[in-house]
Amino acid sequence: MTAHLISIEGISRRYGGPAIFEDLWLGIDRGEFVCVIGHSGCGKTTVLNILAGLDKPSDGVVVVDGKAIEGPSLDRAVIFQGHALFPWLTVMGNVSYAVAARHPDWNKSKVRAHAQEFINVVGLTGSEGKRPSELSGGMKQRVGIARALSLSPKMLLMDEPFSALDALTRGTLQDEVRRLCHGTGQTVFMITHDVDEAIYLADRIVLMTNGPGALIAETVVNPLPRDRDRNNVHRHPDYYALRNHLIDFLVERSRSFKDEIAGRAWDRRHPPVIRPTATPFVVPKEKLG
Amino acid sequence: MSTSLPLRAALVSVLILAVFLGLWQIGTMGSGPVADMDPDYAKLMGQTATQGTSAMPGPGAVGAQLWQHLRDPFYDRGPNDKGVGIQLAFSIARVFAGYLLAVLVALPLGFLIGMSPLMNRALDPYIQILKPISPLAWMPLALYTIKDSAISAIFVIFICSVWPMLVNTAFGVASVRREWLNVARTLEIPPLKRAFTVILPAAAPTILTGMRISIGIAWLVIVAAEMLVGGTGIGYFVWNEWNNLSITNVITAILLIGVVGMILDQGLARLARLVSYPE
Repeated sequence: MTAHLISIEGISRRYGGPAIFEDLWLGIDRGEFVCVIGHSGCGKTTVLNILAGLDKPSDGVVVVDGKAIEGPSLDRAVIFQGHALFPWLTVMGNVSYAVAARHPDWNKSKVRAHAQEFINVVGLTGSEGKRPSELSGGMKQRVGIARALSLSPKMLLMDEPFSALDALTRGTLQDEVRRLCHGTGQTVFMITHDVDEAIYLADRIVLMTNGPGALIAETVVNPLPRDRDRNNVHRHPDYYALRNHLIDFLVERSRSFKDEIAGRAWDRRHPPVIRPTATPFVVPKEKLG
Repeated sequence: MSTSLPLRAALVSVLILAVFLGLWQIGTMGSGPVADMDPDYAKLMGQTATQGTSAMPGPGAVGAQLWQHLRDPFYDRGPNDKGVGIQLAFSIARVFAGYLLAVLVALPLGFLIGMSPLMNRALDPYIQILKPISPLAWMPLALYTIKDSAISAIFVIFICSVWPMLVNTAFGVASVRREWLNVARTLEIPPLKRAFTVILPAAAPTILTGMRISIGIAWLVIVAAEMLVGGTGIGYFVWNEWNNLSITNVITAILLIGVVGMILDQGLARLARLVSYPE
């Protein structure tokens, strides 16, 4: 088995009744941007919480850098769906709170300087003294991004970070995240239900079927060049093949997937890898990790 | 109609005061001397009947008395004649002592109850039973066990102000937003630091609301408690002046009790505004 940065190994989660998802296997490599799409209730957020260490799997383990996850860690920063800023602290206060947690030995001015750097990175220079209540939704989420990036985490976990924002702000923030994460080789695990967001940002898109008993149906390799432009991405010859594949999955196959594989031997450890192109083909199994 | 609302409100307030003072004045003016009364009979009658003046002091008399008190609030002429400032100071000191003890007990215990669902359920029946007990009902028990009337009064203040703070602290701590706690957990903040840097500021507005209710109750109870234990304090002063049949002093004291209560409440309100945060 190749050494992934993160390796999800056979995790399930049950709250009393039937499992929300069962026997999930997924490896994520260093520097990869992975998006998970699936309908509400398929357990995406639970998977993310398990990766963050905020929840525990009922079965299975998640291995990060050779070590099983025991609990939350500064190495895995989370950008929450609702920005989750502390309203009693300023922008600077929120970011430097995280920096001080990461570097307890740093003095105050070093912490502030480091926080300032990341406030500048997300374009909030000049708003350091503002409270979250004085910021727009997009600005709040920028603070959340600055807070997470200031930790220099091994992995960034994002739970539908832009779903509460208007389309224009969402687009700008997607550009920012793309710029920041691809520029620094940041490993990202992001949950979304926005197909276009996944196409624009992800290297790999994980498709989850509906719960309960959700499973990974496929992982889709993004055929678009890594260096993509929001305004031209739809002109790429493979764009519609990819988009249609994702939409078809969300509309129809996520629901009926269990019938689709009924009677077939299904290898949960190695769900098919698809690379939708104008002329689709399946990556041969021996090339898989 | 262009004058501002606060100005108009102030105007109405003054008008209400004027009407009240006017009615009070008219009500206590009396009917003048009553003629032709058998002197023996007159001896049996009160001053209202004989001289036609009211036994209830008018606003002028109360105002003059209030001025007397305010001019020299801190004189001390023996146990039965102390300035009203000294009496108030005794009461405030007792309230602060009992209240501070209550803070020391209620905040940590409230944190414990708020953070532990087990302790919440385990302690809930006791809180539910103890909370509605009138604080004065504890007085005999306190006097019997503590054997010191001054400390008993402080205990009564403690017991009456502890419940609102305890319940509010527990509620505030228990309802801290889950995502804030998750942020603290992903930042690997140790539990004690999490309590002080996340839970405390998040719950502070709720805690302060409880503290504000408590100080109000404590000030209500101290007057009654001091009427029972006697010796010093504004409650004792009121009861002593009632025994002296000095209604003027009683009314003066009532007025001062109200003013001090308002100041205590406003102080806590200001503190609450300091820790509140808009979301």
